[in-house]
Amino acid sequence: MEKSVRRYWPIFVLPTLIAFTIGFLWPFVWGIYLSFCKFQTVNKVKFIGASNYLRVFSDNSFIHAFGFTALFTVVSTLTINILAFFIAMLLTRRIKGTNIFRTVFFMPNLIGGIVLGYIWQILLDCLLSMWGKPLLALDAKAGFMGLLILMSWQQIGYMMIIYIAGLQNVSPDLVEAAEIDGATPWQILTKVKIPMVMPSITICTFLTLTNSFKLFDQNLSLTGGEPAKASQMLALNIYETYYGRSGAQWKGIGQAKAVVFFLLVVVISLIQLRATRSKEVQA
Amino acid sequence: MKKKLISILMSTAMISSILTGCGSSTSASGTAAANTEAGNASETSETADAGAGKVYYLNFKPEADEAWQKLAKEYTEETGVPVTVVTAASGEYETTLQSEMAKSDAPTLFQVNGPVGLKNWADYCYDLSDSEIYKNLTSEDYALKNEDGGVAGVAYVIESYGIITNKALLEKAGYSTDDIKSFADLKKVAEDITARKDELGFAAFASTGMDSSSDWRFKTHLANLPIYFEYQDDGITSTEAIKGTYLDNYKNIFDLYINNSTCEPKELSAKTADDARNEFLDGKAVFYQNGSWEYSSLSEKYSDDELAMLPIYIGVGDEAKQGLCTGTENYWCVNAEASEDDINATLAFMNWCVTSDAGTKSMANDMGFTIPFKTAQESPNVFVQQDQANTEAGLTPVSWNFTTMPSEEWKNNLGSALTAYAAGTGSWDDVKAAFVDNWATEYSLANE
Repeated sequence: MEKSVRRYWPIFVLPTLIAFTIGFLWPFVWGIYLSFCKFQTVNKVKFIGASNYLRVFSDNSFIHAFGFTALFTVVSTLTINILAFFIAMLLTRRIKGTNIFRTVFFMPNLIGGIVLGYIWQILLDCLLSMWGKPLLALDAKAGFMGLLILMSWQQIGYMMIIYIAGLQNVSPDLVEAAEIDGATPWQILTKVKIPMVMPSITICTFLTLTNSFKLFDQNLSLTGGEPAKASQMLALNIYETYYGRSGAQWKGIGQAKAVVFFLLVVVISLIQLRATRSKEVQA
Repeated sequence: MKKKLISILMSTAMISSILTGCGSSTSASGTAAANTEAGNASETSETADAGAGKVYYLNFKPEADEAWQKLAKEYTEETGVPVTVVTAASGEYETTLQSEMAKSDAPTLFQVNGPVGLKNWADYCYDLSDSEIYKNLTSEDYALKNEDGGVAGVAYVIESYGIITNKALLEKAGYSTDDIKSFADLKKVAEDITARKDELGFAAFASTGMDSSSDWRFKTHLANLPIYFEYQDDGITSTEAIKGTYLDNYKNIFDLYINNSTCEPKELSAKTADDARNEFLDGKAVFYQNGSWEYSSLSEKYSDDELAMLPIYIGVGDEAKQGLCTGTENYWCVNAEASEDDINATLAFMNWCVTSDAGTKSMANDMGFTIPFKTAQESPNVFVQQDQANTEAGLTPVSWNFTTMPSEEWKNNLGSALTAYAAGTGSWDDVKAAFVDNWATEYSLANE
């Protein structure tokens, strides 16, 4: 049996390979090609060379969206992970009702981004109008804070579950040994627990980093990029270039932006993976 | 050896079942997706001849969706030709069209909003010069011509907009529609109502909502007026750089709207189209700027005698002679990429809609349209009738020049600037820049 598996592996790989090619590889290659073209629908395309890419970098709204996205990514990755780790620490202490708390914190993650965006828009707008402040659609700072609150609320629960799983895997022997050696709780946390949950930290920072960087639905529904594109993030900027603009030339530019965006995401997540992986330890 | 053969057979059987499984499930989910996209799309008749062609209409008007579904069903029952009507969500038409056109079952009948919209789709428009429907138009003006003179689209509805007025409330405030014949009159009445707001229990204007469901009423429709008067002065029909001669008048009318409204100007950014309509329906406001397409929802609450539409006076030109803003941004185009059979089926369907008894009745009564075709039936729409009465009385309708606005982006920018101005976080200079400077920028971007 093992022998035949070894010999006929192509037949077993084939279905997945075909699905992967049709669903991912082909559209990806086609998408890169389209970024060098001028087209209205993908059935009729005209090759025009790299001029789309020149337009991407001379587009101020794209540069601004990049800055906004980068800032948001940094702030939200830090907030979400620190808070999620903190809650995970609390909820691994055998407090009464731990399971209820875990469920409650996890639940926001089950609601879709668009719905959350609209719900939080109503909530935050009510609050802002009570305080007599300009509404979300008028104040980029409020929009930024709103996005941060929304994303934290949605993602902390999910990351918390991963951290809890990591913390529960820290062997009590190690903690006990540290205690006997006279380590303070702070030392146990920084010298034993955190190095031991480094794999969880890797996966959580990766998830929050890429999620924040690629954020689209929450951005679309919460602020829609208002005021005047000041709270527009990269994904929304690409969408608006491709779909919001009329004229064949914009499709290729949108496509080129998407390719640049893809490269950015890949580079950033590779750097992050390498940085956190190097800190992982074996016990 | 035998074992190996069996294992090969087994694995091929497994794989083929996986593959066929994939195949059938994708096709099933494909149709399911199509059905959900169509919403309550008309049931396409299964019995129709496969070779006879089919019609797929991507409808622009959500408010007319129900009537279109009904009409499509009737047509299918009568002729056996399957007609699918899909309606794009408000403000999402271009996006929907963009993705639908790339599919293999692309819409055969779609619409563009005028010369600027046509630029996008000119290559996909079937030349309608020889079609029956083109010959049935009451006037050449309602055809949308290509640069080479071919007929790319035909207008299928003529609409009017202005300030919809609740006559009963206006009378309660001590005025009648005859008292409002100019911007000065409108301002006087509105400000008087605002001064007595608490005593009367209603405001002058329904909220000037700047949410994307509603902001087109101001960034597009209201902005038409300064553009119209500027074009009139210069004797042109489109321009590559607007001067903004009448922007001060635009500011005056916008100020009047936001300062005499049901809510604080600060809150306008979150107000939707439904909010404004409900305020008007609940009798919280006398005036409501919108168009004849609102008739079907307003007539559920108000009788024809209670409703009137006033011209939007901005204090320019001969206001005694100013009529409603009347025109169209709805041009039907036939997809030239569709198969011969589908094109013919689509042409027949269009013609049936505007000539047959059932079609014209549905368009006039259910959709409340005035259609620019010789066989049109009179619409019970009170706003449309008013426009006709106005024209007969010698008033000049204001034409729809917003179809020449350089791009959607221009409108969105203007909308953002207006929202910020209303809330006090932006200045009128920003609006001016979005109106004048951005026109030239966007025009050159759109025509490079």
